[in-house]
Amino acid sequence: MASQTAPLVSLNQAGVSRAGRWLVRGVSLSVGRGEIVTLIGPNGSGKSTTAKMALGIVRPDEGEAIRHKGLVVSYVPQKVSVDWTLPLSVDRFMHLTGRVSSGDALRAMEATGVTHLRDAEVRNLSGGEFQRVMLARAVARKPDLLVLDEPVQGVDFSGEIALYELIGRIRGELDCGVLLISHDLHIVMAATDRVICLNGHVCCSGTPTAVASSPEYRRMFGAPAAQALAVYEHHHDHTHLPDGRVRHADGSVTDHCHAEDGHHHHHGDAHGHGSSREGRDA
Amino acid sequence: MLDDFFVRALVAGCGVALIAGPLGCFIVWRRLAYFGDTLSHGALLGVALGLLFEIDLTIAVFVVSALVSLALLTLQRRASLSSDALLGLLSHSALALGLVVLAFMTWVRIDLMGLLFGDILAVSKTDIALIWGGGAVVLGVLAAIWRPLFAATVNPEIAEAEGMQPDRANLVFMLLMAGVIAIAMKIIGVLLITAMLIIPAATARRFAGGPELMAILAAAIGAAAVSGGLSASLNWDTPSGPSIVVAALCLFVLSLTPLAGLADIVRARRAGRG
Repeated sequence: MASQTAPLVSLNQAGVSRAGRWLVRGVSLSVGRGEIVTLIGPNGSGKSTTAKMALGIVRPDEGEAIRHKGLVVSYVPQKVSVDWTLPLSVDRFMHLTGRVSSGDALRAMEATGVTHLRDAEVRNLSGGEFQRVMLARAVARKPDLLVLDEPVQGVDFSGEIALYELIGRIRGELDCGVLLISHDLHIVMAATDRVICLNGHVCCSGTPTAVASSPEYRRMFGAPAAQALAVYEHHHDHTHLPDGRVRHADGSVTDHCHAEDGHHHHHGDAHGHGSSREGRDA
Repeated sequence: MLDDFFVRALVAGCGVALIAGPLGCFIVWRRLAYFGDTLSHGALLGVALGLLFEIDLTIAVFVVSALVSLALLTLQRRASLSSDALLGLLSHSALALGLVVLAFMTWVRIDLMGLLFGDILAVSKTDIALIWGGGAVVLGVLAAIWRPLFAATVNPEIAEAEGMQPDRANLVFMLLMAGVIAIAMKIIGVLLITAMLIIPAATARRFAGGPELMAILAAAIGAAAVSGGLSASLNWDTPSGPSIVVAALCLFVLSLTPLAGLADIVRARRAGRG
């Protein structure tokens, strides 16, 4: 499913710094038509920031973000809170950033299972219901590029699987590119073409391998990940300290873990830090 | 018909209400009440500068209000103060500067009460033309930027990602606000314009099923408040601005009573059927 033509969106060594600290740095990725790219990584690893760079919400402070011109983009952010003063029904929300035909809106709502909520006020929805509504709105726009930031948070387990299947199906139907942020790696992986593991920088990226038993992987994403459909081999050669610095295998400490600092030990195309929980996520 | 001062005031006041209603909805949704206050206090500085340089007062007020909102945008990006502190700073500095400049101009005799609280007697046919002409422009522009502005109100990031250019919509919205304040100043007075923006919108919230309906309802409720307030002003010789605001407040209180609960029942029934 790799794209033969130019990618819909690509980041080239892009990074964002705030108040003198790099939120994320040196990210290169591209999303092509019909491709699902998944970003994984612990809290604060720069997943959302990376997605926002790809969308043009955040301008990269170094490197570049290139989007294909005239793309129809749909975005499901991680957090949306609707002010109670806003009289906003689900039906009206479907047309938020552009008119979609009522047929498309209805089909999308059917697909995510929220047709019965059509006339409900958005602010009265539960977390999971609102998540489904946001996904329906994103899909109804028939996007070229779909960016989903933790799209199934708050959705019950069986619904979660159904929604991921839906995302895979939409990719097939619309031939759109999908940039997905998730921590539920073990469910997402089935339909994912490429995984990018972030932790302030790209730890590893590539096609997922179907190995479930890696202890490093289990340590990073918890015990349920043992049934994972695909994982990376994580040989951690460095640890992220709480202050953002990095301790390397040889015991030295540096400000970041870029390849050019001479501390990075690559293991083929897969490397990373299984023990990241000791670092930023602690 | 327009020869009667009361009819003139009514026509002018309703014109203001029709513009203030929809814009006021955005003020309520975006929690910008204090921003409206700041702009209208800046209006007094506009009046003072207009008199000093002998330019049309409406234009002077529009320019100063627009400059105040641009100053706010710039300061928000640069300064380390919070938004409300910045707003307070701009608001009261502009008000004080305006009053000081006015006091210096001893050769100008100005009805300060009329400026602060509005004056129905002062409404001329030119004012009416300005209110309805300017109002049509404001509402036309608002209609044109409605979707991006509303999308940016719900969620700026979705709006930005999906190509709605929320920054542009926000800038246009601020200019519209400056325009409304310049237009409404004569009727409501600079101290109470924000009330005309907020109270009808807050009253409409209870009955509105959607944002567009809320904007229309707010305009209608504002017009009702203007009619009631101006009648009271005529009867009891009260200043027009405060009278209109009191009338709007009465409508708001009425919307909280059980009488208004009927609207909820009707809506619940409709939803049950749908």
